[in-house]
Amino acid sequence: MAIDLGSATFRGYRRANGRVGVRNHVVILPVDDISNAAAEGVARNIAGTMAIPHPYGRLQFGADLDLHFRTLIGAGSNPNVAAVVVIGIEPAWTKRVVDGIAQTGKPVEGFAIEHNGDHATIMNASKKAKEFVHYATALQRTEAPLKDLWVSTKCGESDTTSGCGANPAVGNAFDKLYPHGTTLVFGETTELTGGEQLVAKRCRTPEVKEKFMMMFNRYQEVVNRHKTSDLSDSQPTKGNIAGGLTTIEEKALGNIQKIGKKCLVDGVIDKAETPTGPGLWFMDSSSAAAEMVTLCAASGYVVHFFPTGQGNVIGNPILPVIKLCANPKTVRTMAEHMDVDVSGLLRREINMDQAGDKLLECMFATANGRWTAAEALGHREFVLTRLYESA
Amino acid sequence: MTIHFVVHEDGDSVGTIVVEGVKAGDALTGWIMEQDQTVNVKTLNDIPIGHKIALKELKNGDTVIKYGVDIGRTIAPIRLGEYLHVHNVKTKRW
Repeated sequence: MAIDLGSATFRGYRRANGRVGVRNHVVILPVDDISNAAAEGVARNIAGTMAIPHPYGRLQFGADLDLHFRTLIGAGSNPNVAAVVVIGIEPAWTKRVVDGIAQTGKPVEGFAIEHNGDHATIMNASKKAKEFVHYATALQRTEAPLKDLWVSTKCGESDTTSGCGANPAVGNAFDKLYPHGTTLVFGETTELTGGEQLVAKRCRTPEVKEKFMMMFNRYQEVVNRHKTSDLSDSQPTKGNIAGGLTTIEEKALGNIQKIGKKCLVDGVIDKAETPTGPGLWFMDSSSAAAEMVTLCAASGYVVHFFPTGQGNVIGNPILPVIKLCANPKTVRTMAEHMDVDVSGLLRREINMDQAGDKLLECMFATANGRWTAAEALGHREFVLTRLYESA
Repeated sequence: MTIHFVVHEDGDSVGTIVVEGVKAGDALTGWIMEQDQTVNVKTLNDIPIGHKIALKELKNGDTVIKYGVDIGRTIAPIRLGEYLHVHNVKTKRW
């Protein structure tokens, strides 16, 4: 092994709440769909800021509204974010997001558009954004122990090479990270269908297992309530099927390779909740790539492992997405999207241990500041999960 | 030795083609990953990379095994060496 994980460190940004980020974004965060234009206006005015527009935030209620706030507050609270300007149509929900992010101790300020208009809001918010850019660019990376790195995983446009190559490479890396006190997460509830008992067996305690199965069964009920067929037009996806995956069970068994052979599932969390300690967490979540990665960002993860087979191109504005692929055709035809090529696995040129190490080397490089392919290509998919219709 | 397909576990009903350009009649070598052994099969069809080849004779309604686990059922008889995918295998869920 090239890296001694026992003494490994990375250079990140330690925030007021103790968490360590690997990016230093100044985010312009809209509370709702109609505030996107103002947020984007501010980001155009002030270099070094980033607006993260999204289509929701009006007339949501109940658990769906709670999830909306949890996701926005979580995204703003992510340690990869140095400071946040929040813009909403009205002051009350804007303040709710600001107050949530302020719990981290990082600089955050809110602006409401009603009775100000876009022009005045953009001007006032731009002044604050400029202050935040000076604040953020004065911060320095410092050395942090490996345990301070929170790593998430979710795969996408999987094919059969995912199950025998890229996903077990993630599993190998997770098995190596796990004993060092890192905080890890996987999810994709429906994409465990056919392998749910394998995950249940890996749960550390009967309580964790019970909560996992409750979340799994709840999601199955959602599918059963709304399905109009056996889902063979959606799960596996057309891309999965083109890549050779035949059934959801086959896809799920490949998916589960990402949690390795040794790690135990230490706890389960609901969407966008923050883990309360180190270990491997299961997050009840959508299997759609951008939704799941956005939820990981909102949960506080700072680096993401994204294995793909057919070539999903996803990125995230806050969470650097490291792509790895074992399909030689995809690696050749979509080279610009790949951070780690593990196609040698299928030619028996490298073994799984070496593939896991390649991924970990890329993880440290990314944590220390190297941009991922998705970052360089400008992929900033920020997709909020909705639970049901608006009021 | 060139590996044409991989098998997760000894006893699986299927192997996954990992090279491009497999043509009907080709003699293929497979690598059983878990046991680190090789196996030889002649393919009956052209099979794209990433798609599966049957390693056993399967009757209609049989369970298909991959990773040592049930991944669905056949909806037609499948011969040893035949291309196995959505046209002859379906999920048991949903």
